[in-house]
Amino acid sequence: MKILIVDDFSTMRRIIKNLLRDLGFGNTHEADDGATALPMLKSGDFDFLVTDWNMPGMQGIDLLKAVRADAKLSSLPVLMVTAESKRDQIVEAAQAGVNGYIVKPFTAQTLKEKIDKIWERIEAA
Amino acid sequence: MEPVKASEEEVLARAEELIKEMQKGNEQTVAQLLDYVHTARENLLFQEVGKMTRQLHNALESFRQDSRIESLAEHDIPDARQRLSYVIEMTQKSADRTLNAVEETMPMAEKIAEQAGKLSKTWKRFRNRELSVEQFRDLSASIETFLTDIERDSSVMKTNLNDVLMAQDFQDLTGQIITRVITLVEEVEGNLVELVRLTGDRFVKPIEAPEMDTAPEGPAVPGTGRSDVVADQDEVDDLLSSLGF
Repeated sequence: MKILIVDDFSTMRRIIKNLLRDLGFGNTHEADDGATALPMLKSGDFDFLVTDWNMPGMQGIDLLKAVRADAKLSSLPVLMVTAESKRDQIVEAAQAGVNGYIVKPFTAQTLKEKIDKIWERIEAA
Repeated sequence: MEPVKASEEEVLARAEELIKEMQKGNEQTVAQLLDYVHTARENLLFQEVGKMTRQLHNALESFRQDSRIESLAEHDIPDARQRLSYVIEMTQKSADRTLNAVEETMPMAEKIAEQAGKLSKTWKRFRNRELSVEQFRDLSASIETFLTDIERDSSVMKTNLNDVLMAQDFQDLTGQIITRVITLVEEVEGNLVELVRLTGDRFVKPIEAPEMDTAPEGPAVPGTGRSDVVADQDEVDDLLSSLGF
């Protein structure tokens, strides 16, 4: 399982990377905004995307929309992990096709639950 | 006929006189009185405008001359900016230092758990007298290596945990800096309120919220009573499930 972590803060990327490793996902890669992430996704056979919303350059929501619009990537599971907590934003992310939404600050348990739930749903479909 | 400064009472008296003269049909006096009242009104208006202009000028002048405001703009605000940058720097350093220590310690803890698990299984077999002499010799060597490893690794782990502890020293300093910046922001706020009051612009039209507000704005601060943001992960989950997730 190859996972891409997108966040502009290296600290947050490291935290998520360590949490994912602890959950048994050791193959993680990092990008610091959507513009860097998109070409990586297009050429890198990733199985899962974890992205922040508010980043310089390309925002996470735009990355999500670009992923959904790309024929090859459209079914990639996307988990948003962000400090953005406006109801309108969550609705927009849902409408754009996000698979899970976690608000910061979050716990290791929440991350595990959301990832498990995403895979359950994908396997059930 | 040069009524430069006429009071309201004087103008009123002349106006009453005017009505009487008009009733009498005294045209020449009527024309003179009309002239008087007109000029007096104009002068009153000019006086009022003049007074207001002077007040505004004085208010703005006193603002301009207030050295505190000048020092706020020239010194305190740039200083606060620098201090806040230092807060970012300190918290970043602390996070890096902590993560370094954790990332070095985690594999050690994992290795110890793994080796202890293996040894414990073999140890049980030994207690059940299931081990050959050869196997016991291996077990004995493994235990010796394990103990040496633990002695070395636990010392590194202790150093790393101590590093994590020391990396928290930023909290005291950033707390002090942020408290000072809050005081400064309060002072600037007070001055802005005073300026708004002086310019008389007290009835500002509220900005209407756009229909769908999804511009990123960073973390919401807890306890500000906003209804357009979720308070925690449970509310996110409720909202998403209401949308069919």
